[in-house]
Amino acid sequence: MIATLLTSAVRLFTGARGRWPEGVFESDRPRVFFANHTSNLDFVVLWSVLPPAIRRRTRAAAARDYWMGGPVRRWLASSVFNVVLIERKQVTRANNPVRELGAVLSGGDSIIIFPEGGRYSEPDPMPFKSGLFHLAQDHPEAELIPVWIDNLNRVLPKGELLAIPFICSVTMGPPISRLPDETKDAFAERARAAVMALRTP
Amino acid sequence: MDLLNDLQARWFFGGLLALLVVASAIGAVLARTTRSESGQAVVRNLNARIRAWWFMAGFFGVAVVAGHGASVLLFAVMSFLALREFVTLVPTHRGDHRALFWAFFVILPANYYFVWTEWYELFSILIPVYACLWIPIRAAMAGETTDFLGRTARVQWGLLVCIYFVSYAPALLTLRIPGYEGQNAKLLCFLVCVVQMSDVLQYIWGKLFGRRKIAPRVSPSKTVEGFVGGIASAVALGAALWWITPFNPWQSALMALAICLMGFSGGLVMSAIKRDRGVKDFGAMIEGHGGMLDRIDSLCFAAPLFFHLTRYFFT
Repeated sequence: MIATLLTSAVRLFTGARGRWPEGVFESDRPRVFFANHTSNLDFVVLWSVLPPAIRRRTRAAAARDYWMGGPVRRWLASSVFNVVLIERKQVTRANNPVRELGAVLSGGDSIIIFPEGGRYSEPDPMPFKSGLFHLAQDHPEAELIPVWIDNLNRVLPKGELLAIPFICSVTMGPPISRLPDETKDAFAERARAAVMALRTP
Repeated sequence: MDLLNDLQARWFFGGLLALLVVASAIGAVLARTTRSESGQAVVRNLNARIRAWWFMAGFFGVAVVAGHGASVLLFAVMSFLALREFVTLVPTHRGDHRALFWAFFVILPANYYFVWTEWYELFSILIPVYACLWIPIRAAMAGETTDFLGRTARVQWGLLVCIYFVSYAPALLTLRIPGYEGQNAKLLCFLVCVVQMSDVLQYIWGKLFGRRKIAPRVSPSKTVEGFVGGIASAVALGAALWWITPFNPWQSALMALAICLMGFSGGLVMSAIKRDRGVKDFGAMIEGHGGMLDRIDSLCFAAPLFFHLTRYFFT
């Protein structure tokens, strides 16, 4: 209920539209949406443009240190957005993000990840970290869908508190998968290129 | 709600309804009879435009009938959407963030608040004087000097075109015209009807008879035939609508001519911005038409002139 309210508000504010290739949401396989990351609102906007049936079964990966930082954030993370909290700082075998996210995929739900591992305001995304590669390896049943989120860095740039309405768009591409024998780095670079290819000229 | 008891307003809205019905009927016939591939694309776009017109006329009609406050609110929302399209398209800088926040959430509401409270003296200078002074000050305080003049000018232009000029349309409701008290909503209907019908008629004349391009580099779809035919027929329409205005038929025709010429210029100027940015439309929120700014570009330029002509000669 609150989630619907918030996502509608974000959509209204940013006029965000989702675009995806036909048939992307037809299979009932779990999906990994991987996107560029420039703003704290990224996953909310990506989440809000998904068809409701898909959205209900999609959870975003979010940094534990940030989202556990205060009572409001904690409530938003757990009760509203139902995010998967992942560890960025002290990663151990027990709290390895890939395992926690993998468990969600095994349960049949989809996830949203930002493989750059942080927010940057450069025009091009940073090199991708290896989490996506490991997820692809462990969960060949999952569809890996590249996503380009446009303009959100202008809505709420890093370090600003007040959001400005710019029109945003969320563009998805055809799913990619790991090629046999593809190295970690080659795959990360190809995944990054797949995201950048969706950028509006 | 006074407007519903006004016989002239009823005739006006009745005519508008009839026009939309006829347009939809023609669209339906064309959809059946057009064979060629390219012709069908044009007809599909035409029908999308007509469907959107039903909604736009509906929103406008409800707001105008609901009264002064609702009309002001409608134009405030239109300004918000137009400014959002504008700043999305023009390159703004990270250093403009706070200045843009002022534009959207302080200046825009204040401007329409003064239209609503009929405080003409402040409404007429809020943006041209105070906002245009404040925006560069705020941007300078942010400490970013890259392309400073260009950035400032873009924000100021957005404020003027998307907020200030548009708000002259609802400001018509605040004019005190002797012998026309309480009827100003019909003047707003006149402006919006003439300016939008001028666009529609130019489109129709251009599609039917357009041969010579009038400004090939700026707006490839505008033709001499569309310009002449569209404006002549829109002026005739404006003259024929004199009975809803405080004007006599001749004055009404001249007002319509001023509206049409400014409307055409507005379309041309906004096209130049779009070409410069390499896009066809400002947005995609109104099916068949593009964005809000694509639909109201002519109104932006026509409203201030119409307001001031009316204010100077009739109040």
